[in-house]
Amino acid sequence: MSHDFTWSTGSEIAQAVGSGATTALAVTEAALSVIAARNPTLNAFTTVTAERARAKAKTVDASPDKAKLPLAGVPFAVKNLFDVEGIPTVAGSKINRAYPPAKRDAELIARMEKAGAVLVGALNMGEYAYDFTGENVHDGPSRNPHDLTRMTGGSSGGSGGTVGGGLVPIALGSDTNGSIRVPSSLCGIFGLKPTYGRLTRARSFPFVASLDHLGPFARSVRDLALSYDVMQGPDADDAGCADRQQESTAPFLGSGLDGLRIAVAGGYFRKGASPEALTALDGVAKALNAREIEIPEAARARAAAYVITTTEGAALHLDRLRKQAADFDPAVRDRLIAGAMVPSTLVVKAQIFRRWYREQVLALFKDCDVILAPATPVTAPTIGQQTFTLDGVELPVRANLGIYTQPISFIGLPVVAVPVALKPMPIGLQIIAAPWREDLALRVAYALEQMGAVSAPRPQL
Amino acid sequence: MANPPLDDYIAAAAAALDLPLEAAWVPSVKANLDVSLRLANLVADFPLPDAAEPAPVFKA
Repeated sequence: MSHDFTWSTGSEIAQAVGSGATTALAVTEAALSVIAARNPTLNAFTTVTAERARAKAKTVDASPDKAKLPLAGVPFAVKNLFDVEGIPTVAGSKINRAYPPAKRDAELIARMEKAGAVLVGALNMGEYAYDFTGENVHDGPSRNPHDLTRMTGGSSGGSGGTVGGGLVPIALGSDTNGSIRVPSSLCGIFGLKPTYGRLTRARSFPFVASLDHLGPFARSVRDLALSYDVMQGPDADDAGCADRQQESTAPFLGSGLDGLRIAVAGGYFRKGASPEALTALDGVAKALNAREIEIPEAARARAAAYVITTTEGAALHLDRLRKQAADFDPAVRDRLIAGAMVPSTLVVKAQIFRRWYREQVLALFKDCDVILAPATPVTAPTIGQQTFTLDGVELPVRANLGIYTQPISFIGLPVVAVPVALKPMPIGLQIIAAPWREDLALRVAYALEQMGAVSAPRPQL
Repeated sequence: MANPPLDDYIAAAAAALDLPLEAAWVPSVKANLDVSLRLANLVADFPLPDAAEPAPVFKA
């Protein structure tokens, strides 16, 4: 290995490859070496696509246009619910291992590779994405790079661990109720959950069609923006993908905070928050001179998201529950069976509430541009921990790590999760914007990064 | 609204939906259904006008 790329950003790697200072193949070999060294402890990868990665790296090196590729030679990996040609899309399950290999890559992988990025593998996740812990009974838990005894958060646990642990600079994951933002918070990295419908989900394994989003993880805001920019654009293969052309964000990251009206969510979003979460939130809110606002009926929004998730998820898996119930993770199975039994009248009520709530929250954006909120109520719990105490009430960890993320993804708002490097464990905040204004959330995140208020801490590995 | 007794409902729903349900799974299914119904009723109890539309709107 000629150079240590383990803490390089994708942007730095692309510049080095584009200028000829290094090669995509050298970067790929370095990434494969680090994966081989660190994955046995972090358990982030379920498949390493080494030969494919080397072949792709060689095509990048041979490209006469490599200096123009925004992600030239940048290694990345994907949650194992993305289709990767030639391997089954397991989605964290045992059942899907028997499915035929994917015939074609997920569209977002194709778009990343078109920009010069190099796929190096698929990542551990909670079974069928119904999880906030990053634990998996079939593949073992993904482990937090800052403390191997602690959770990564889920369900994109491997995505959080691999980026936070320096195995790759960029990973892709999915977020239905918080599965990008929760691992970002617990692993101390940046994550972007775009507006619902912004990024195509074509050829990824679904969970809750009306709530599923895909998005990137990274250790810098610029890497989030670079990867997000190349993945945008309409796609007829995803019925939920909006017919919007690409709206670049990377060139405008440095526009600063002038003119931006910044709020911080109070009420529900402080209730149950640990001292660490409030320290992180209050520090950033003060730095941005944010004023406190109340997001109305957030507890009901979280409840409605919970109901829609469990019932839509049950509908997706009904046949598998009938035929292969014993092959599920028991915790997932029992939640899905219960979901199948929720009366449809209550689900319709949740969908009616969803529209009302959306209108109330969108009205808030008449007076502010972004809203700050905690990403998780606590720093990473211990692997295997079943319950924690929030606001004096003992609650299951698995269902409650996402109490602050669920009311936001429920109405598809774009969010950048930013890490506050508390010791010994980091914790994340959400920067929430109005639909289609990812640019504003990224701009605020970048300003905070430049101020030193948020950063991805480097673990001792 | 208080949750109705769930044991009979779970047994009937499992049969109606053709879902296998081993006895050992029932306590966990019941605990999950109890939470789901409590949260669903929290939402359903919120007063909204009859004209309020659900979030998904079908377009022909």
